[in-house]
Amino acid sequence: MTMVEIDHLSKSFGAFTAVNDISLAVKKGEVLGFLGPNGAGKTTTMRMIAGFLTPSAGTARVCGHDVATAPTAVKSVIGYMPEGSPSYDDMTVGAFLKFIAEIRGFSGAERDDRVAKVAARVGLTGVLERPIDILSKGYRRRVGLAQAIIHDPPVLLLDEPTDGLDPNQKHQVRGLIAEMAAEKAIIISTHILEEVEAVCTRAVIIGNGKVLADGTAAELLTRLPDHTAVCVVLPEAAAASAAAYFRNLPTVAGVFETPEGNGRTRLRLTPKNGAVLVTDIAAAVRTQNIPALEIYQDGGTLDDVFRLITTGSAVQAAA
Amino acid sequence: MRHIWVITKRELSAYFATPVAFVFIAIFVALTGTFSFYIGNFFERNQASLESFFAYHPWLYLLLVPAVAMRLWSEERKSGTIEQLLTLPVTTTQAVLGKFLAAWLFCGIALLLTTPMWLTVNVLGEPDNGAIAIGYLGSFLMAGAFLAIGTCMSALTRNQIIAFIAGAVVCFLFTMSGLDFVRNAFSWAPAALVETIASFSFLQRFESLTRGVVELRDLVFFLSLTVFWLFATVIAVDSRKAA
Repeated sequence: MTMVEIDHLSKSFGAFTAVNDISLAVKKGEVLGFLGPNGAGKTTTMRMIAGFLTPSAGTARVCGHDVATAPTAVKSVIGYMPEGSPSYDDMTVGAFLKFIAEIRGFSGAERDDRVAKVAARVGLTGVLERPIDILSKGYRRRVGLAQAIIHDPPVLLLDEPTDGLDPNQKHQVRGLIAEMAAEKAIIISTHILEEVEAVCTRAVIIGNGKVLADGTAAELLTRLPDHTAVCVVLPEAAAASAAAYFRNLPTVAGVFETPEGNGRTRLRLTPKNGAVLVTDIAAAVRTQNIPALEIYQDGGTLDDVFRLITTGSAVQAAA
Repeated sequence: MRHIWVITKRELSAYFATPVAFVFIAIFVALTGTFSFYIGNFFERNQASLESFFAYHPWLYLLLVPAVAMRLWSEERKSGTIEQLLTLPVTTTQAVLGKFLAAWLFCGIALLLTTPMWLTVNVLGEPDNGAIAIGYLGSFLMAGAFLAIGTCMSALTRNQIIAFIAGAVVCFLFTMSGLDFVRNAFSWAPAALVETIASFSFLQRFESLTRGVVELRDLVFFLSLTVFWLFATVIAVDSRKAA
């Protein structure tokens, strides 16, 4: 079921086009990672879906409501955490969450119940009486997350939800997102690529306001020209003869030697025309009695894909 | 309506979250007293009326009301909370009204705390309490008009100081426009224009209310001016919220 439908969305600020004709659909159960360099248009797109900015052209539909014609209906089915999760600093956490709950239409016992439950869920129970401005960054981010999920919305938009958090806090927030993923459509914007592999079912890379790539992390990795490259680690003494043998294999394009320093050498073998190397190499190791210590496929990382797609240059990992 | 009230409650509690609110109220109450007793010669007039008390309200509001209004939208834009507020299921109009009502209630609380003036004049003589009630109503309506101007200025900038100064300047223009020297400055202009400018004067409209004369057009003047500036605020917030 399609929950969020972005339909030829564009936004210009004067002569500057921040978002240029983006179309996307996000289904229930999907966690879409919105990737792009700073200034690519991630936040602007999110702000348009959330009803904060008016699109210059195109529109977005959330649960069937159009942001242009029914902005309040859209806002009521979205939980939105703005970048940096700004909240009223002079309020206590509890008062702030109560305010959000009341605006979201809850009152009396149900309001208090929602606040208590969401506080327990994101780990804010101990700080409900503290003013927001004395909280650490991690707690503030949790406040932002709590206000976004207090009404259990079918659609969640989280703008850089783990930015500035320590690894434990990141893990916790990702756990929370994964927990909610099944019954919601979630869009998170990020420039942390490990996040995509950790929580997203699908990634969209945007640059200069346009969609440059759309697919799962595994699909994106296949965009690297050498995504089937293989590394073989072996003792230094055996490296030269093995490298010579591999170089002559018909599917191998190049062999790059890197001494690892502890008496071992790593050979990185790149494929010709995207051939799948690992079977050939494994067979060669067996038939030639090459004393391999490790064999693994090393096609590059999402960082490489990101750089390849957003800068247009293939900066393959040199190793 | 419920959304407006939720926002009003939050804004009102935000005023009282810091001691500034109490300082403000104390200054307002002290100044109204000082002005009516010392400058307005409350005792020397030998009249059981609050005319000398109300006479200085426009001048006090000129500085104090823009100070109440300045944070309403500037602060939201500066801290980024405007994005949080306007992505909640509320319309811009509801948010503008909610904030304005909170500020207006705040001014109303300050005004209510001047009731010792009213008690004093009742102890000393037999004033026309109807006229005093109308004076209070007029003062409250005028505060609303000043506030609406200040709110609009606050929506135009993320800097509270600029919002304050711009608010005070515009309020000053509206206060002064009926005075003789303004009329004289426009002596070259057609009489109709001079009268139009003069008719925007808060001072003259308010003066007749403090004398207990309720004219519908004066009430309508303050209310329609308030509505106009709030409407302008909605437009300002909508067009500049992300700037």
